[in-house]
Amino acid sequence: MTQVFSRPESLKDVQTHFCPGCHHGTIHRLVAEAIDVHGVRERTIGVASVGCSVFLYSYFDIDVIESPHGRAPAVATGAKRARPDRIVFTYQGDGDLAAIGTSEIIHAANRGEAMTVIFVNNTTYGMTGGQMAPTTMPGQKTSTSPNGRDIANDGAPFKMSELLSNLDGVAYSARVALNSPRNIMRAKQQIATAFRYQVEKQGFAFIEALAACPTNWGMSPLQANQRVTDEMIPYFPLGIYKNRANL
Amino acid sequence: MSDQSCSKLFVKGNEAVAMAAIEAGLRCYFGYPITPQSDIPEYLSRELPKTGGTFIQVESEIGAINMVLGASACGVRAMTSSSGPGISLKQEGISYMAGSELPGVIVDIMRAGPGLGGIDASQADYFQATRGGGHGGYRIIVLAPGSVQEMYDLTMLAFDLSDIWRIPAMVLADSVLGQMKESITANPRPQVELPGKEWAVRGRREGSGQNIVKSLYLGDGEMERFHWKMHDRYRQLAEQESRWEEIDTADAELVVTAFGSTSRISRTAVAMAREAGMKVGLLRPITLFPFPSKAYAALSERCKRFLDIELSTGQMIDDVRLSVVSGTQVYFYGRPPGAGSLPTPEEIFEQIRKVYP
Repeated sequence: MTQVFSRPESLKDVQTHFCPGCHHGTIHRLVAEAIDVHGVRERTIGVASVGCSVFLYSYFDIDVIESPHGRAPAVATGAKRARPDRIVFTYQGDGDLAAIGTSEIIHAANRGEAMTVIFVNNTTYGMTGGQMAPTTMPGQKTSTSPNGRDIANDGAPFKMSELLSNLDGVAYSARVALNSPRNIMRAKQQIATAFRYQVEKQGFAFIEALAACPTNWGMSPLQANQRVTDEMIPYFPLGIYKNRANL
Repeated sequence: MSDQSCSKLFVKGNEAVAMAAIEAGLRCYFGYPITPQSDIPEYLSRELPKTGGTFIQVESEIGAINMVLGASACGVRAMTSSSGPGISLKQEGISYMAGSELPGVIVDIMRAGPGLGGIDASQADYFQATRGGGHGGYRIIVLAPGSVQEMYDLTMLAFDLSDIWRIPAMVLADSVLGQMKESITANPRPQVELPGKEWAVRGRREGSGQNIVKSLYLGDGEMERFHWKMHDRYRQLAEQESRWEEIDTADAELVVTAFGSTSRISRTAVAMAREAGMKVGLLRPITLFPFPSKAYAALSERCKRFLDIELSTGQMIDDVRLSVVSGTQVYFYGRPPGAGSLPTPEEIFEQIRKVYP
């Protein structure tokens, strides 16, 4: 019998600690599949950030550098400039990338660093218990916006895929979601393309993955998945915002 | 690189730092402009790429230290430089480097503070440099040049010590040392046995284990063990790497102690004192961490008067007091940093006269 499906080689055979319904597990899998399909596991360096993303080195069977909060694009720049022949990627949440790390991501993108950035947007600070994030939506209640995000006080949510696509240094910018099999297949393809940009073109590629956080949204896994469909995707439209080499 | 070896050059302190870094095999420099050290990124922007190294003027001092972290994690010699306000920004990154046992060189050309302060020479970041500086409880190696030659030699030493001990190393100087010009010999990189960097992150080779560079220790007892491990490493560092200079201390009745710029001025004042028939010596610490306590302890067995001179209201004096044997009198003369603060040799000679037995 031919085996047609298995755990990606780049993922360890361990159980993850992610909550039921969390999309990190799926995104991890798609990233691992992208690394496998390009055959670059042995020269891939992951940069873990702060948040639920910190567990990267427990789940990916690759060398990993742990970065301070928000600084992953800078750490990755250092790694890539030191070892240009390696495949370097960061894996960051919305607080990490769009709050404390705005400077680092904008400048790494602007310089066109040859790296791949996986940005997991679940509109909340997951690890620390559900505080408001830069991508928390208007009216969304969190532990630090108990009356709902007020644009007048806190500004509007960031749309990072669009923002970064405006920088010349960015070769690829796309927003994906994991809320349906069809969207997962599209995400798989676009994440693989994002890595392809580094492998073939030494270009900066950015993937924003809309994700569910059932625990901090106070929802069941199915309800949380539905929120991605009904609320998040209309506000953060899926699509490819930049594709410089038309890969 | 080799045509500057053993040649005599007339250079600025900051340039000497940059030259030495290249000679030491610097591969990646990430920095940001700030007075009084901008000569360092300027020099490296011209010269480092010629050697195949990477120079980037980056978005902030925070970006820079994190890039040093990333490059160092890959086993490559990396450096950044700044002054007070920028060093404050780097503290988080330095803490992470210390917690991850990463080598790397951070050059701090001190200026007046706190806040925006001023651009004149200062020694008031001694505490920041020698007490870890960032959160968590760690120390870094701190080397204090007292001449442009030492700006060169100690920068090279910083890379070696940092690699050997897996502790970030700081070259601590100030505006005066950074900007002054002196004749130096551009010594070649010393032949030192360096450890291989098997711990570095490089991508998984067939059969090799996973390398992780991290500072998170959540397991039961893990963090505690890490702290004791580093505590012991700092103790060994103190035993093996303490450095200092003594001038005319053998028969001294009073020992002047100072580092960096104030040690240069004190050197002249001590010579003036000797000329006037006083038995005065100079003890100049070269490593500020590890602080050469044993040198102070040994000297104070016989000599019971020390005069500590600093461009601050007194920071190194704490370490001096902790190091001398009991019954030793430690006097202090300080000029907090700022325009007009640099003392003259005559001024220090006056202080010597006041406290000389």
